[in-house]
Amino acid sequence: MENEVSITIIDREGVEHKVDAPTDMAMNLMEIVRSFELAPEGTIGVCGGMAMCASCQCYVVSGHALPEMEMDEEAMLAEAFYVEDNSRLGCQIPITEELEGLIVKLAPES
Amino acid sequence: MIKTDILIIGAGPTGLFTVFEAGLLKLKCHLIDALPQPGGQCAEIYPKKPIYDIPAFPEVLAGDLVDNLMEQIKPFEPGFTLGERAETIEKLEDDTFIVTTNKGTKHHASVVAIAGGLGSFEPRKPPIANISNFEDRGVSYMVKDPEVYRDKKVVIAGGGDSALDWSIFLADVASNVTLVHRRNEFRGALDSVDKVKELKDLGKINLITPAEIDQLNGNGHLESVLIRKNNEASEEIKLEVDHFIPLFGLSPKLGPIADWGLEIEKNAIKVDNTLDYQTNIPGVYAIGDVNTYPGKLKLILCGFHEATLMCQSAYKRIFPDKKYVMKYTTVGGVTGFDGTKKQAPKAIVKAID
Repeated sequence: MENEVSITIIDREGVEHKVDAPTDMAMNLMEIVRSFELAPEGTIGVCGGMAMCASCQCYVVSGHALPEMEMDEEAMLAEAFYVEDNSRLGCQIPITEELEGLIVKLAPES
Repeated sequence: MIKTDILIIGAGPTGLFTVFEAGLLKLKCHLIDALPQPGGQCAEIYPKKPIYDIPAFPEVLAGDLVDNLMEQIKPFEPGFTLGERAETIEKLEDDTFIVTTNKGTKHHASVVAIAGGLGSFEPRKPPIANISNFEDRGVSYMVKDPEVYRDKKVVIAGGGDSALDWSIFLADVASNVTLVHRRNEFRGALDSVDKVKELKDLGKINLITPAEIDQLNGNGHLESVLIRKNNEASEEIKLEVDHFIPLFGLSPKLGPIADWGLEIEKNAIKVDNTLDYQTNIPGVYAIGDVNTYPGKLKLILCGFHEATLMCQSAYKRIFPDKKYVMKYTTVGGVTGFDGTKKQAPKAIVKAID
């Protein structure tokens, strides 16, 4: 559909969810997870999306080129747990058309 | 036993503003918070971040918002139990409540207002296999009494302000301080980063980066840690230590409140939003981010509104027979419990000769 991309999100229990994420709502990946209720409230997006808590950490499974990390995301991930090379903070990834087909996996709660 | 009219659990913006609205009704408040300072998330997570949707404040820093609220409620002399978590609630025969904290402090109140946000902030524990075996046996997630570390060998892990600040502080107390961080870059205030570098150059802090604590060893009490540098097995360092302090920030957990018999939905407490934000337990209210109802928005400004209506209901509960009429502060002024009185200046009538 227009103004939507299809994204696959693997939740913390390992269940795959294919969702249509709007590109015209100024949403980020953390907010998509919350709006589709793919992680319990209070366990994701704790700081509201300021890259200050790492509760929205996810692993980018598909090879999409994502916007480069800014300093605060990088610094926050340096203090998070279960960090892998493909870790990102969902709140720092805006939903754009380039994300069509993206596959991400939510990191464990910590 | 601490006695008060309204016991507020959570000293974030909503809890603090409750003190003001209650004070206008001559009700006294006491607040409990797990953090050592008031302000909740605003003070703990993002004090330097601006907020743009507080009515009549085009822009206000979260930390300043808290300072302003503290100033606004000062005349109503709120009591604080800080650094303690509300653990149990007991309803007495006269329909009042006793709330006890994890440290055993008891609070007796006619009304309980839960303004707990996302819950109480608990330290984030690094996923090291046997870490729980060493809790209070060499591992602690916060520094309560720095004297514990006098002349001891201490290793601190983390890259934020608390890791930097405690490394600096303990450099003068402990016999030996090692700071381990996963990156070479630190996230703290520039002054602190510079100070750590200075102490490192003086040999007073042993800085190991990029590295992680991989294993803890000891017989009963912590004796050594295994530090893995550059994520290479060939660069493992065994370090003898008496104490390990992981400082990786805090994350909120609803905690014991979840077991109080309240109706919970999606990690939030269900309340009656058509009236007064009361929970399924009469006399217990939930306001701010901690509650949920159809159409709920987790905004500070909504918390303020909820606190205001909640106080009216609390007043009726405490004084069922008293008549009351809402008065504007511009008309009635603000009379503090501390004897102060703020009032709108009287209009000056002067004739023109």
